[in-house]
Amino acid sequence: MRHVITALVENKVGVLARIVGLFTSRGFNIDSLTVGETENPELSRLTVVVKGDDATIEQVRKQLGKVIDVIKVIDLTDTPYVERDLLLVKVNVPPGKRGEILEIVDVFRGKIIDVGQKDLIIELSGTEDKLEAMIKLLHTYGIKEMARTGQIAMARGSK
Amino acid sequence: MAKTGAQILVDMLIKKGVEYVFGIPGGAVLPLFDTLYDSPIKFILTRHEQGAGHAADGYARATGKVGVCLVTSGPGATNLTTAIATAFMDSTPLVAITGQVKRRFIGSDAFQEADITGITRPITKHNYLIKDIRDLPGAVNEAFHIASTGRCGPVVIDLPVDITTETWDGAIPEEVNLPGYKPRYQGNPRQIRLAAEAINHSKRPVVYTGGGIIHSGCHKELLEMAERGNFPVTTTLMGLGGFPEDHELSLGMLGMHGTLYANHAVTECDLLIAIGARFDDRITGKLDEFAPHAKIIHIDIDPASISKNIKVDVPVVGDAKNTLAELLPLIQPAERREWLEKIKEWKEKYPLSYDNSGVLPKPQYIIEQIWEVTKGDAVITTEVGQHQMWTAQYYTFTRPRTLISSGGLGTMGFGFPAAIGAQLGCPDKTVIDIAGDGSFQMNIQELATVVHHKLPVKVAIMNNGYLGMVRQWQELFYKKRYSQTHLEDNPDFVKVAEAYGAKGFRVERKEEVRPVLEKAMAIKGPVVIDFRIGEEENVFPMIPAGKTVKDAIREGTFGGMA
Repeated sequence: MRHVITALVENKVGVLARIVGLFTSRGFNIDSLTVGETENPELSRLTVVVKGDDATIEQVRKQLGKVIDVIKVIDLTDTPYVERDLLLVKVNVPPGKRGEILEIVDVFRGKIIDVGQKDLIIELSGTEDKLEAMIKLLHTYGIKEMARTGQIAMARGSK
Repeated sequence: MAKTGAQILVDMLIKKGVEYVFGIPGGAVLPLFDTLYDSPIKFILTRHEQGAGHAADGYARATGKVGVCLVTSGPGATNLTTAIATAFMDSTPLVAITGQVKRRFIGSDAFQEADITGITRPITKHNYLIKDIRDLPGAVNEAFHIASTGRCGPVVIDLPVDITTETWDGAIPEEVNLPGYKPRYQGNPRQIRLAAEAINHSKRPVVYTGGGIIHSGCHKELLEMAERGNFPVTTTLMGLGGFPEDHELSLGMLGMHGTLYANHAVTECDLLIAIGARFDDRITGKLDEFAPHAKIIHIDIDPASISKNIKVDVPVVGDAKNTLAELLPLIQPAERREWLEKIKEWKEKYPLSYDNSGVLPKPQYIIEQIWEVTKGDAVITTEVGQHQMWTAQYYTFTRPRTLISSGGLGTMGFGFPAAIGAQLGCPDKTVIDIAGDGSFQMNIQELATVVHHKLPVKVAIMNNGYLGMVRQWQELFYKKRYSQTHLEDNPDFVKVAEAYGAKGFRVERKEEVRPVLEKAMAIKGPVVIDFRIGEEENVFPMIPAGKTVKDAIREGTFGGMA
């Protein structure tokens, strides 16, 4: 099962390497991993999307918790939470198809952030499913380049 | 007054009560060694950095204090990595200080540069690369704190040489502030109650203990608990000495080379009370058939050890000593006569035994004699292999910290340098490294260290001229195809000992065992005894990897194994 786990970590050199090393040495499979500053510049928030059975996920949580620089680990999966992934995609624009593409972007509430003679760069944020859906449609026109941030997530409400 | 980084570090080590530092000097640690030259810290110069690491580890295991080692950058530090990994697997408190090239050269492939924080990340509890002298005192405090609390482990401090020469006059903090590190010492009262309920309901309980008993120092509580509820107790290799093996409730060691009665008891028990042990594959064998009828209670300070290999029914995260103290009053005294009868039957049916006929001394006999000559009061270290398992089986361990052995990583070459650390930590004890001819040669150079420091360490080599444990597997599972296990050109160990300035003896007949041991123990300096044992001696019983007690091979029962 897919789990979204976030961890509050000390914003120190080498923390990311520690965590990535942990995942490879313990053989955990991660779909995505992101890290960035929080409201407190001394802390970073790490979001990791990981697939595995309950025992594996329990180990992921516990092993993360053992890292000295990790302050708190939360598995968001069973609580209400929001998640977002940011996509930049450079799509080929065949003659006469510009309108069609713009319509797709509009439906997904994406943004055109660069316009070239034969291509467009589209920005879209949302859940993994939403991004995948638009990417699938854009494949028809030819995707030249693509970059994604991976998931970031946050629990809803005040906790 | 401003101090150099080297002075700050050495002063902090003194303040922390560090008595011995083990290591070897080199370019990147010259300023540190210059400062140590005038300090009261006793430096133990080994002949290889791995030896320094194991010696610090042996010191820590024998005393319960933090072991400290200091080596130079690059190869000095990489030579230490096996020792660090050994300490990590067996949860030994170790602080390893490694020199590093000047900060501006880091990352430039400088002479004797290695990314040691990168290399040791998966084999340390934590590590530091000091980039600013102001971070040094905090890191030293944290390193000692992290190494010696919670589930203990090694911590590396990588120290660039220019920090050791830079000066700073800031205040040295006393406290540590680690928001992400709060080991849990007190077990959850509700979980403890649940554990007590399960225990009181159990008809066929077995207590299975590991190194956690030794680390937390709860052997007295364990004995009290076992006697109160009449619980049979079996221990892992790391747990030996945590429960007196001469006690009628003792089942000895369990697992691959454990006693058959321990393994039968675990297989038939209705409740397994695991304390400070981690369900290693050498213990469990086939996971699905390990303690198949049992509810499992697991008390451990490391939450990640719980339900890692085996699903646990009642987890209790906490220090074993604290948890047992809370648990004890909740346990109802019970006789459990039927269960103890059953265990007695197994003990009678499947005793540990060996054939003591023949001219050559039997390794099992030698180990029994070592126990008798030292009245069981020695500190025993071992290397890794057959001799290690014979020691675990035939030496009756009754006190904690009397067996020092590399259990988790299984590091050949560990025992001899570990004996150096143990001897320094316990100067009044007899310290004996029970070794194999293969293992001893992996750190044989430390003979120079024991001679130099006049350490009366004794080495008893069970010399079968083979890498015996591997040979045994080749005999049993590879049709006696002894690929690269025959050590045909072993040196004359008596002459080697003498060349280094130690005493050497050779024993080739059973009747010489006792007198030579007595003679060796009476000598105040280091002694190497080369016991010539049969080439094809085996360690039995043996449960093949991934199998169960039903598949156990006993002496005389194997043959025709594929």
